[in-house]
Amino acid sequence: MLFEVEDAKVAYRAPGRPPFMAVRGVSFTLGEGETLGIVGESGSGKSTLAKALTLLMPFAGGSVKFRGREISAFTRAERAAYRRQVQMVFQDAAGSLNPRMSIRAALDETLRVHHPEMDRARRGARIAELLDRAGLASAVLDQYPRELSGGQCQRASFARALAVEPSVLVADEPVSALDVSVQARILNLLRDLRRNLGIAVILVAHDLAVVRNVCDRVAVMHRGVFEESGPAADVFDSPRSDYAKSLLAAVPDVKRALAARAAAQAPTA
Amino acid sequence: MEPLLEISSLRLSFETLGCVSEPVRDVSFSVPAHGRTALVGESGCGKSLTSLAVTRLPPTDRAAAGGEVRFSGRAARVSCRAGDAALAALRGRGVSYVFQNPSGALNPVMRIGRQIVEAMPPGVPRKEAAARAVSLLERTGLPDPARAARSYPCELSGGQCQRCALAMALAAEPDLLIADEPTTALDVTTQKTVLDLIDVLARETGMAVLLITHNLGLVAGRMDDVNVMYAGAIVESGPVEEVLSRPRHPYTRGLLDAVPALDAPRDAPLRDIPGTVPPPDRWPAGCAFHPRCARAQAVCSAGAPPPATPCGARRFSCFNPVPAEAADAV
Ligand SMILES: Nc1ncnc2c1ncn2[C@@H]1O[C@H](COP(=O)(O)OP(=O)(O)OP(=O)(O)O)[C@@H](O)[C@H]1O
Ligand code: SF4
Ligand SMILES: [Mg+2]
Repeated sequence: MLFEVEDAKVAYRAPGRPPFMAVRGVSFTLGEGETLGIVGESGSGKSTLAKALTLLMPFAGGSVKFRGREISAFTRAERAAYRRQVQMVFQDAAGSLNPRMSIRAALDETLRVHHPEMDRARRGARIAELLDRAGLASAVLDQYPRELSGGQCQRASFARALAVEPSVLVADEPVSALDVSVQARILNLLRDLRRNLGIAVILVAHDLAVVRNVCDRVAVMHRGVFEESGPAADVFDSPRSDYAKSLLAAVPDVKRALAARAAAQAPTA
Repeated sequence: MEPLLEISSLRLSFETLGCVSEPVRDVSFSVPAHGRTALVGESGCGKSLTSLAVTRLPPTDRAAAGGEVRFSGRAARVSCRAGDAALAALRGRGVSYVFQNPSGALNPVMRIGRQIVEAMPPGVPRKEAAARAVSLLERTGLPDPARAARSYPCELSGGQCQRCALAMALAAEPDLLIADEPTTALDVTTQKTVLDLIDVLARETGMAVLLITHNLGLVAGRMDDVNVMYAGAIVESGPVEEVLSRPRHPYTRGLLDAVPALDAPRDAPLRDIPGTVPPPDRWPAGCAFHPRCARAQAVCSAGAPPPATPCGARRFSCFNPVPAEAADAV
């Protein structure tokens, strides 16, 4: 098991105020190469959970085990290893890339830090391979983040995350700012990562159809807890909680909308 | 009946450092009074510039505009060349905008209530104005409208700010609301509330809506007519049912195929449109879509297809359209 999470809590603390529990106790497991989708409305705590899982924030309670080891009890070396194993990709890809570094320089630096044993030539070969994986043309290598489109930036940040050879990728709304055609390509990329490299994925998204397309399991988050979770097929085809039902009903689905229009226009027999 | 807004052969070109680009090349469409019309396409296709040209918003000093804009609302009627100064008079008097990022529309150092009052048409008595601002906020579904009126934008969440921006747009009592990706930054639940609200208010006030979006699901569920834009031109247009259930232009087909559907087989790869929208100084010759088009033939790169061939109420511009019989097979 990669993750065994029991009743995990995450709080925002500000001086002079009681802590605000943004994640109030969630439990899940994630096996090697599995994909878990986390959906839910704005403010439900999805990003907060993602941040805690990538150690950008501490957990405030519960138990979070990675490969059987409690992460709060990690030694310094274990923490460093965890940071390599669990990579994060954000919605705002451009903001997470260094604006003063070309894509080549950013990838090269990541490789130098995480693979000091690689020489220059091997790094060059690896960069070409990563670009190909992420579906980017080599022309982007000498460009800077501001010169790339949103979709290209997003793939560059995937390429950088993959450079580290993680076992888990935590992606927070990686496609919500992108056009449908670019979104399709990123989702196909996510699916390939799992298939071809066996990387597990935790995908945070607003869009249920997106999650349904790539994830084995789904958790529906609402006010800091999982209202419902289970195999994607169960949650999407027969949601049990009212909240999951209302979320599904709010998805603007082309086919469903067209069918509803046709039904409304058909003469009632 | 005369349409509320009619745009014909709109072009916009910019010259920067001796390099000319034409982000809008040939756009014609109309919005009927009380109608719900959508403009769709990937980012970089010129949708927003087109909508801004209605009130001459694009920076016109280094830009050249061509074509005509006609608007016949209750308080303002204009018929002139695109880019004409007369169009600016429509802003707030007939045409209101809501944008993706509400913070751009709201003044960060002024209370929400006061901003709404300032957007009202002249002649509203002062005393009445403040109460009307609160009632507008209330209609947007904000839980505590009086408190929102006293707030500054930074004290509200993104979804709440978008409701305030909407209240401000409605305060001007427009004939046409132009909503440019108004809900792209919001989650599906909030998105639904904001769009339901626009629907209800449009029905109540008779205001027409021009929705700019890349979300075809929203178009399918809420709009009457759709215009699909690619590389600065309208490539297909017509009633929503027809265009989205039986697209004839390969670009429309491609956009529809790329959307993950709720009933698609799970784990099936999505079909994407290869490549990306080129920058406006590099629109390809011939049919601008040809480098990305699976149906492209030699003729497609040689010359531009005839603009929007009429076919019933629907029009499309393509040498080798998706066959009519095959169009609805997904
Ligand atoms: N820095 C912060 N300080 C205090 N509270 C915060 C902070 N960041 C987020 N919160 C609160 O924590 C809760 C969860 O926020 P979070 O960002 O995890 O939501 P989310 O599910 O990712 O939402 P979205 O879909 O909008 O991204 C919200 O109520 C939010 O207001
Ligand atoms: S004209 Fe040719 S290239 Fe353009 S959309 Fe039609 S088939 Fe494709
Ligand atoms: Mg978030």
